Amino acid sequence: MGQTPHIAVIGGGSTGIGIARDLAMRGLDVTLVEQGNLTHGTTGRMHGLLHSGGRYAVADQASATECIEENRVLRDIASHCVEMTGGLFVKRPEDSEEYFQKKLEGCKECGIPAEVISGEEARAMEPHLAKDIDKAITVPDGAIDPFRLVVANAASAEEHGARIETHSKVTDLIIEDDEVVGLEVEHASGEGKRIHGKEGGTEEIRADYVVNATGAWAGRIGDMAGVDIAVRPSKGVMTIMNIRQVDTVVNRCKPKGDADIVVPHETTAILGTTDEEVEDPEDYPEEGWEVDKMIDTLKELVPMLEEARTIRSFWGVRPLYEPPDVGSDDPTDITRDYFLLDHDERDDLQGMTSIVGGKFTTYRMMGEEISDHVCAKFGIDAECRTADEPLPGSEDFSVLRDYMDEFGLRSPIGRRSVERLGSRADDVLKTSDPNPTVCGCEGVTRAEVQDAISQSGSDLNAVRIRTRASMGNCQGGFCSSRLASELHGEYDESIAREAWDELLQERWKGQRHALWGEQLSQAALNYALHSTTQNRDNDPADGEPVDFAAFDSGVSASDASGTADVAADGGTRNGD
Amino acid sequence: MAINSDVLVIGGGLAGLTSALKAAREGADVRLVSYKQSSLRHASGLVDLLGYTPDGEGPVTDPYAAMGDLHDAHPYKTVGVETVREAMGLFDDVTDYRGDHTDTNALVPTHGGTVKPTARYPTGAAAGLASDDRDVLLVGLESMVDFDAPHAAAHLEAAGVPFDVRGETIRFPGDLQADAKITRYAKLLDTNGEVAVRGRKKGARDALAERVNTVREKEARVGFPAILGDDHTDAVRAALEEKIGADVFEVPMGPPSLPGLRLEDRLFEALDESGASFETGNPVVDFDADGDTIETVYIEKNGAKIPNSADQYVLATGGLVGKGIESDRESVHEPIFDCHIEHGEDRYEWFDGDAFGDHPFASFGVETDETLRPLTASDSVEFENLRAAGSVLGGYDFAAEKSGSGVSIATGYVAGENAAAEAR
Repeated sequence: MGQTPHIAVIGGGSTGIGIARDLAMRGLDVTLVEQGNLTHGTTGRMHGLLHSGGRYAVADQASATECIEENRVLRDIASHCVEMTGGLFVKRPEDSEEYFQKKLEGCKECGIPAEVISGEEARAMEPHLAKDIDKAITVPDGAIDPFRLVVANAASAEEHGARIETHSKVTDLIIEDDEVVGLEVEHASGEGKRIHGKEGGTEEIRADYVVNATGAWAGRIGDMAGVDIAVRPSKGVMTIMNIRQVDTVVNRCKPKGDADIVVPHETTAILGTTDEEVEDPEDYPEEGWEVDKMIDTLKELVPMLEEARTIRSFWGVRPLYEPPDVGSDDPTDITRDYFLLDHDERDDLQGMTSIVGGKFTTYRMMGEEISDHVCAKFGIDAECRTADEPLPGSEDFSVLRDYMDEFGLRSPIGRRSVERLGSRADDVLKTSDPNPTVCGCEGVTRAEVQDAISQSGSDLNAVRIRTRASMGNCQGGFCSSRLASELHGEYDESIAREAWDELLQERWKGQRHALWGEQLSQAALNYALHSTTQNRDNDPADGEPVDFAAFDSGVSASDASGTADVAADGGTRNGD
Repeated sequence: MAINSDVLVIGGGLAGLTSALKAAREGADVRLVSYKQSSLRHASGLVDLLGYTPDGEGPVTDPYAAMGDLHDAHPYKTVGVETVREAMGLFDDVTDYRGDHTDTNALVPTHGGTVKPTARYPTGAAAGLASDDRDVLLVGLESMVDFDAPHAAAHLEAAGVPFDVRGETIRFPGDLQADAKITRYAKLLDTNGEVAVRGRKKGARDALAERVNTVREKEARVGFPAILGDDHTDAVRAALEEKIGADVFEVPMGPPSLPGLRLEDRLFEALDESGASFETGNPVVDFDADGDTIETVYIEKNGAKIPNSADQYVLATGGLVGKGIESDRESVHEPIFDCHIEHGEDRYEWFDGDAFGDHPFASFGVETDETLRPLTASDSVEFENLRAAGSVLGGYDFAAEKSGSGVSIATGYVAGENAAAEAR
């Protein structure tokens, strides 16, 4: 094999993008395809917890050990995506003392720094914890922005020559003589960065090797190759609060159970989650009782959640995988470990490996292992460097800068922008043009939005995940039109309008699970602003032509200085 | 001892102000109390009657004609078309709004670039009507994210307007912060305050006009975002018209909306002239009733509960947006008098799956008898001396119909008239 092998990676979640970056850094030629946006699948639908490993320290110590190791790595290489909040495992009076001790010991066995603190000490850290919490274990849990992390990985992969194609769905695998030799891909809207309204097309991507990193969708790709990949998708709901009721990750110290974690995330707190097996990773019920369960159960830890404002809920599917001979009934029993399925060894089908199972926190480690595996196939002896090289935005970066003077931005907008951009702040924010705030809830400025547009094209949902614009209290009510205007100029009005509609609809989707109280009022206001003030629900540009001449054309300019009474007799320009 | 009046109006939006004004004009001793900032500051400042039918037909040319076909529970049906006309007469009498020379709706450009049907528009918006066929230049300001003039112009073109429209973005003269509030722009123009342009001091109006003149071609009309003054908006517009040599208009904007605030100011002025009293900033938190008669309501002020008594009460506290209607995970309620509000049992029945779908929440509100007294679940009158007006009423979707202002004015008028008639 004289040439550089060309590897096609399917899946633009954390796993796929981690593999793509790793292989590209080792000098391989990589093409990654993703059916939606980056993070479209499971990665974009998690609670943003950077595991300390504490969660798995009793039942799944292998996973726990990997977590703490990768927790440390990500703090180094992805500092601008991580907030080290710390975490607590709190024990209520009715929770078992025996399990509490097992958790503590488990953490120590796995090398996870853990200390016991009293209920009073826990409440001193987190004043909104329930008064009857007995005690807690502190662990180094954190919050991580999966969108920012994946985008940074993609940028790094591209810097190392990878081709990243979003909105490109694999429609078939090309198989010749029992070997996978490529993919058939349908681009939603043309090659390169996504542009709305441009005609898409199909493409045959031939590759020396294919990596199936599609998580809960892995079985679908397996079907195309006639191999069986028994992924068991398991859904979980997450409910987003409009403020951070806690600043530390709060876990309930119980063996397992639904609704046992609150993760502070940027301006919000995320309540999670449930664990329920589903048939289809794309089509499963999203039900109100699941949301109620989050609130009603987690208020046992943080009572104020009962009255607090939720802004939306979303569901994710875990790509659980259980080796064929285990046979458990309960998805919470299935290991969070990951598995490489080499289809040559397993199914006599050369040219493809699938990676299934696993956790977001260990995405990089999975990438390393599968890259080792692929390199071994081609006899390539290249070191993995992903644990040492910071991701774009995280190089030598300190938020302790005088960003207000530097960028002319007020606090806290300046601070938040710089935190999001990390070491890219200079490149993005140093502009001689006015840099007003486009999204007020999340403090996102025009420069950041334009930077995201230059990365992701006309897709406002892709702009959203890069900037957080439209992810705050108003859920795009105020800023979606502004974001559409930011697209216009480079893109035609019709493209901006389509992207605007798409963003509104996407924001509506999750909000539907939060429509009571304040958020119902907000939804009614958003609806009024778009429908009443702007008439976007009957946008004449989308509908039937309007007979303009049939409407009042006012009074002529010469009458304009008269009073309303004069105007009443003054006739109209078009003689109506 | 309680503060007494004949009619106590709760709520300071369009409906509350109209009902207080009408009741005062009928000779009643009127007091208006309002808590939050009125939703007029959220509104565009346009006064819509009916732009689309509940079936989505439209834009409607003659709103009065279209009211005949509304379903029986619609507030317009309750008060009757002729009363709507009378109520609009009162509105026209106290404001200098345009559009009263015809029953035909006007189409006004919006800040996002659509046009919307409306019955009355501020003088400042008059030159911008979309049925006028003179060419338009829209002028946006570099740091004003709510109005992107080239984008709005392109959108208007896509909407098929019968004129050429072009958008230009300029820098507002003087060094305002990128995030300056719209009131800063308005104030500078109101006072023609001095701004520095390339080291030379100039009046803000002159400096703005000069910048527009460098980008204007031959357009007969020039549209700005709605920032052209607050107290002296006519003078600002006249000065710009003279220096630019074209008609000047404002494009209504989202919140905070200067046209909405100007309308609110004008209506409070008119209310003051009518002799009514008013108090803003404190919530009604409780009430006493004797059977089905409300005796006293209590306003919370600095922690104290101040009693206010009246013969007749008008509830004009707004809908979900104004918090005149509230909800929790289980139910929808009217928070002051707990008037009955019909709603689906499951909160997932309160909305549609599409952002612009047919949302049941949009029609949440109290149902009333023909004199606007709220009804219980079994259709009896909740309180014999309570009437409701405006967005707290159910049975219509103001956002989809573009009927919010008209319903507020018409029902406010009727509630005020009935309350005054009943008051001893």
